[in-house]
Amino acid sequence: MLEYFLSLLILTGAIFTFIGSLGLLRLKDFYMRLHGPTKATTLGVGSLLIASAVFFSSRDAGVSLHEVLITLFLFITAPVSAHLLAKAALHLNLHSHAKIPVNSAHPVEDKDSEIDGARLAAPTKENNSSDISPPHKSV
Amino acid sequence: MTMRSRFLPHPILSPLLAGLWLLLTNSIAPGQILLGLLLGWTIPLLTLRFWPERVTIRKPFTLVRYTGVLLYDIIVANFVVARLILGNPDRLKPVFIELPLDLTSSLAISLLANSITLTPGTVSARLSEDRRHLLVHVLSENDPDNLIAVIKDRYERPLREIFEQC
Repeated sequence: MLEYFLSLLILTGAIFTFIGSLGLLRLKDFYMRLHGPTKATTLGVGSLLIASAVFFSSRDAGVSLHEVLITLFLFITAPVSAHLLAKAALHLNLHSHAKIPVNSAHPVEDKDSEIDGARLAAPTKENNSSDISPPHKSV
Repeated sequence: MTMRSRFLPHPILSPLLAGLWLLLTNSIAPGQILLGLLLGWTIPLLTLRFWPERVTIRKPFTLVRYTGVLLYDIIVANFVVARLILGNPDRLKPVFIELPLDLTSSLAISLLANSITLTPGTVSARLSEDRRHLLVHVLSENDPDNLIAVIKDRYERPLREIFEQC
C-alpha cells in the first residue's frame, strides 16, 4: 500500500518537473520562460522529497528530516534566482512580449550599448593597425 | 543598546539556527542540541553587521496562517502554470505590472517578493530604487488591477501585520 502511494508521489513529481522543463521549450520570451522552472518545479521536487522522506523514515529507524531542509532552501533560493535573472534581463533590455513600463525600462541603455560597441570595435582596429605597422617599420 | 540585546541580538534568529542545525545533523542527541544552541548564539553575533534591524514577529498566528495560505497557493500555482504551459502559447497574454508597496522593512519586502514568485503565474522582477514599487511579470492576465488588489490583500496585508506596526 505504501509503495503505491510513494509511486504516485514520484510519478506526480516527475510529471511536474517535466512540464516545468517543457515550459522552457514552449514559452515565447525570456520572462515567460522564467515561470516554468520556478513554479512547476517546486511541486515536482516537493513530491519527490516527500516520497523520499516517507521511504527513508519507514525503512530505517528514526525519522528522516533532511528533505524538509531541502524544501526550505529550494523555496528560498528559487524565487531569489528568478528575481535576479529577471532583473538582469530587464537591465539588458531583452525582447519581451509584454510591454515593459516606461520608468523601469532604460531609454539610455541603447546609447550605452552603442558606446560599448564603439569601444569594443576601436581597440581591434588599433590592434590591427599596430600589428600591421611594426613590420612596415622593420622592413 | 541594552546589555541584553548586545548579548542576544536576534532572539528569533538564534533558535531558528539551532533548529536548522538539528535538522542538518538529523539527530536530537544532547551534544548536538548544545552545539546547535552555541551556533545559534555565535552566528548572529558574528554577522551582526548584515542584520542591523532586529526581526520582530508581532502576530505569530498570522504568520502560521500566512504560511498555510502560501503553501496552498503554491500547489494551485503549479497546476495553473502547468495548464498554461501545456495550452496554446499564442493565447497567453504576458504583462508587466507595477505593484505599489506599503511595506517598508526589507525583510517584509523580500518575503513578499518571494511569495509573489512562488504563486500563480507571477514573477517579481525588480524593486524600484525608492522601494515604493515592485515590478511583477505576469504570465497571463486579463485584469491586472484585480491582480494587484488580490496580491495586496492576500499577501501584503498579513506580512504588514506580522512584521510592521500598523
